[in-house]
Amino acid sequence: MQSETPDFVAMLEQMILIREFDERALELRKAGKIYGTVHPYVGQEAVAVGVCANLTPDDRVTSTHRGHGHCIAKGADVKRMMAELFGRVDGYCKGKGGSMHIADFSIGMLGANGIVGGGLPIATGAALAAQLDGKGRVAVCFFGDGAVSEGEFHEALNISGVWKLPIVFVCENNQYAANNAVAVQHPHVDLATHAAPYGMPGITVDGNDVLAVHEATRSAVGRARAGEGPTLMECKTYRWYFHAMRHAPPPETRPAAEIAQWKARDPIARFKTDLETRGLIDNATLAAIERRVATRLQEAVAFAEASPFPDPKDLLVDMYAG
Amino acid sequence: MRELTYLQALDEAVAEEMRRDERVITLATDFTGNPVKEFGPKRVRFSPISESALTGMGLGAATSGYRPIVNWRMVTFCFVAMDQIVNQASKIRYMFGGQADFPVTYRCSTGGGMGLAAQHSQSPYSMWMHLAGLKIILPATPADAKGLLKSAIRDNNPVVSFECSRLNGVSGPVPEGDHLVPLGVAEVKRSGSDVTVVALAFYVQESLAVAEALAGEGVSVEVVDPRTLVPLDVETLRASVRKTGRLVIVDEAPATCSAAAEIAAVVVEDAATFRALRAPVQRVCAAPVPVPYSPTLEQAALPDRERIAGAIRRTLS
Repeated sequence: MQSETPDFVAMLEQMILIREFDERALELRKAGKIYGTVHPYVGQEAVAVGVCANLTPDDRVTSTHRGHGHCIAKGADVKRMMAELFGRVDGYCKGKGGSMHIADFSIGMLGANGIVGGGLPIATGAALAAQLDGKGRVAVCFFGDGAVSEGEFHEALNISGVWKLPIVFVCENNQYAANNAVAVQHPHVDLATHAAPYGMPGITVDGNDVLAVHEATRSAVGRARAGEGPTLMECKTYRWYFHAMRHAPPPETRPAAEIAQWKARDPIARFKTDLETRGLIDNATLAAIERRVATRLQEAVAFAEASPFPDPKDLLVDMYAG
Repeated sequence: MRELTYLQALDEAVAEEMRRDERVITLATDFTGNPVKEFGPKRVRFSPISESALTGMGLGAATSGYRPIVNWRMVTFCFVAMDQIVNQASKIRYMFGGQADFPVTYRCSTGGGMGLAAQHSQSPYSMWMHLAGLKIILPATPADAKGLLKSAIRDNNPVVSFECSRLNGVSGPVPEGDHLVPLGVAEVKRSGSDVTVVALAFYVQESLAVAEALAGEGVSVEVVDPRTLVPLDVETLRASVRKTGRLVIVDEAPATCSAAAEIAAVVVEDAATFRALRAPVQRVCAAPVPVPYSPTLEQAALPDRERIAGAIRRTLS
């Protein structure tokens, strides 16, 4: 989306789709229909949607192990995402990647990444390419508060700052890196403070307010497109569920009061209220959105279940380009 | 034919490829050969000392329309980038189901023998061979250095070029113009009938010297240079061993899980080649120590002509 005023109702629908996709993924994992780990994005939808609403398919993003939301917000096809979770040949990665390697390179989604901090250098390279292209494109890197402890974060920001690369670093500070609270991982819990030493502005945003995220990103992306260099955006948000599950959800270790406090700031509920107040949606619109989302997910699961498993004879395919 | 040093040949390869294709760019903390003069600071990037960032940037830029050459300089400097090498570069095409290509070339200098001690002396290419997903070249002559590096830059996969520093000053004939050596093709550097010596990098020239000396004793040594480690030209190696019946492998790395170990395995696991063997395989490798500083120790730690000759004689006794 490039227009000055984004399509708010479409953004709301996208947030709901992201939430319902991950809720469904959790159910599917519990039922043993998909494999490996699920890292639910539930609660953080405003960040993916608010950021990506400023991007075109020519702008490139990298994501994290918690990447379904970024993938959907960037414009991916949920049928192919679902087929990938089911490990089928019609999945984005032909079943070779799974949840943590969801990607759609054709729309500039350079992949969820299973290594904390792993996407930062790759996004920085995409930004270098954008700078060399000279067409005003940008790269966006999604990462969490955990990645700020990794060397790759510091290397990527330093080089982006000194080369004034067109990149927006989006730190989704959901208050926890796996099970460790941000206060035990960092001397300063306001991670935007890392920006200045690396030669870029650092903005702190309410990550549960999609319009605030959108506006902050608009200005950061604008800077980058104009050749003014990188920005570090810290979006303060919260994940409603655990870090990850395999066969079964792990016990919740965070304080109940803390979770309740953040749920009271549900980004979807807040946006609904906002749009109702502006007269942009009513119960009928909402019901239609919910039906559409449910239908899309139903179709996605059906598409996935109908897709075959990969043949072991194709094990070595895709190792090398010709 | 004019002669260039190994290092000049590598610089020439890079310059020719940068002239040929404007998408070729190069990133490093420093450069040999002064490419910034011809190609400018946009395409020739002097970078901070950030090997992890550079390694991943190579991937990000490669998937975004460029053909980056990332030079780690000394191979030991890239170990800090192991996540980007192992978890990203070697896996990235496959785990995303072949959605994109990553035409990046990583370069580094390897080897010891110059008194630079433990953290500046290493030949770790077998670690990369093990990963699958990375192609690997190991040129031993100036002509091969130019031809292989040009091919590597044109390859649409991540290729790692391990450039032996002890060869930097070695001169040899180098064809002018578009001289390409294909990846995956070994070369018989000297034909012989009594024993096959598969030699890597610096030890190709050492093995050739030993072969020349032993010819005077009536021993006919065939020296084979794999040139590419991944994909390895297994057929040429096996054919040579079927002809001679004896195999000595010379590798500057310590023997455990070395390229020499892999070469020994792929040669003997073929039935016809196994049946042709007349003696156990011999490996001439470095001692299992970090490369020491003092010349007496460093010389003791690395393979030398005496040990190569000794191994050859053992296969004949």
